[in-house]
Amino acid sequence: MKIKVLGSGCKKCIALEEHVRQALSELGKQAEVEKVTDMLEITQYNVMKTPALVIEEKVVSSGRVNSVEEVKSFLE
Amino acid sequence: MFEQIANTIVFDWMALDSSHHWSQALHFFIYDSLKISFLVIFVISFMGVVNSYFPVDKVRGFLENKKLYGLEHLLASILGAVTPFCSCSSIPLFIGFLKGGIPLGVTLSFLITSPLVNEVALFLFLGIFGLKVTVIYALSGIFVGTVVGLILSQLGLETYLEDWVQEQLKQKMEMAKFEDHRTFSQRVPEIKAEAIDTFKRIIPYVLGGIAIGGIIHGFVPTGYLEEYMGKDNIFAVPISTILAIPMYSNASGVVPVIQSLVAKGIPLGTAMAFMMSVVGLSLPEAMLLKKVMKLKLIGIYFTTVALSIICLGYIFNLVL
Repeated sequence: MKIKVLGSGCKKCIALEEHVRQALSELGKQAEVEKVTDMLEITQYNVMKTPALVIEEKVVSSGRVNSVEEVKSFLE
Repeated sequence: MFEQIANTIVFDWMALDSSHHWSQALHFFIYDSLKISFLVIFVISFMGVVNSYFPVDKVRGFLENKKLYGLEHLLASILGAVTPFCSCSSIPLFIGFLKGGIPLGVTLSFLITSPLVNEVALFLFLGIFGLKVTVIYALSGIFVGTVVGLILSQLGLETYLEDWVQEQLKQKMEMAKFEDHRTFSQRVPEIKAEAIDTFKRIIPYVLGGIAIGGIIHGFVPTGYLEEYMGKDNIFAVPISTILAIPMYSNASGVVPVIQSLVAKGIPLGTAMAFMMSVVGLSLPEAMLLKKVMKLKLIGIYFTTVALSIICLGYIFNLVL
């Protein structure tokens, strides 16, 4: 599975990435987590608010730091 | 209530002499910090709730379909004033708007007003200067965004967007859509975390602003600033606008400074021009815009905004 965290590098994006990693380890799943900071790439996902979460090239959330529980629900 | 707390701390616990200059300054600092921090906590919690429910994509959809002979600039400007968003989102938002077919000028109206009319600063204004000044300030910010956007839209500046942005705009795509069905109680932990985060981020500016305000309050003789920056000096407005461009602070940090400046006899119009310039025009802002705009467009943008702030300053000094 491929997961991307979109964001210019502000605190919220870092928090979201941490939540993703924690969710993965709690579920015992393996996935490739990539942090996308390049504006060109971010805007290609058509999100208007960062941080955004992309799972398997599908945007599942934008503009907020999802809780670990919520990320888990996306992953299942 | 805050007065009593400050009294207790300074005069009872620390047992300082109430007639002393420094203990008065300390008292002022503690009193103002408590009052303003309380206001800030209240506002950011409230805005956190608004933010959680605010549909930015609906705002975009709303603007997309509007051709109102210039009124769309006013609309964009008003929406810019009420839409809460973190400055780290401003680039994706900017491109999202353009991709949705909203003209550059209208998008700029939105983008200019957004930092000028900041919700936290507005509430602080309300607490310090009262309703009339607050309404005037908000309307002026909206006015600046509308007028500058209108002017810029006449200049055909699309070619001064960075090349990769222009490239992006050729492909018009639907925005990613997803519904957020969480209940209020599910949202609360996130809103709370965000509010604490925002508080930590802006409180240094606020305390810094109060400290500077306190120093002006305690040490600058009344009438001193008035002599140089008062109504008689016709250059006072442009000078304070230009001086403020390299300064950067969160809007909430400027309000206590403005409060002291006005108390020392600086006309309100000059003070407001100073504030708008601090929050609306800054180096970090320019750096951010540099990612999407060529230098020439940033130059035109800053010049036009600065000029309209100066005009407003003069008008206020005449009217208020």
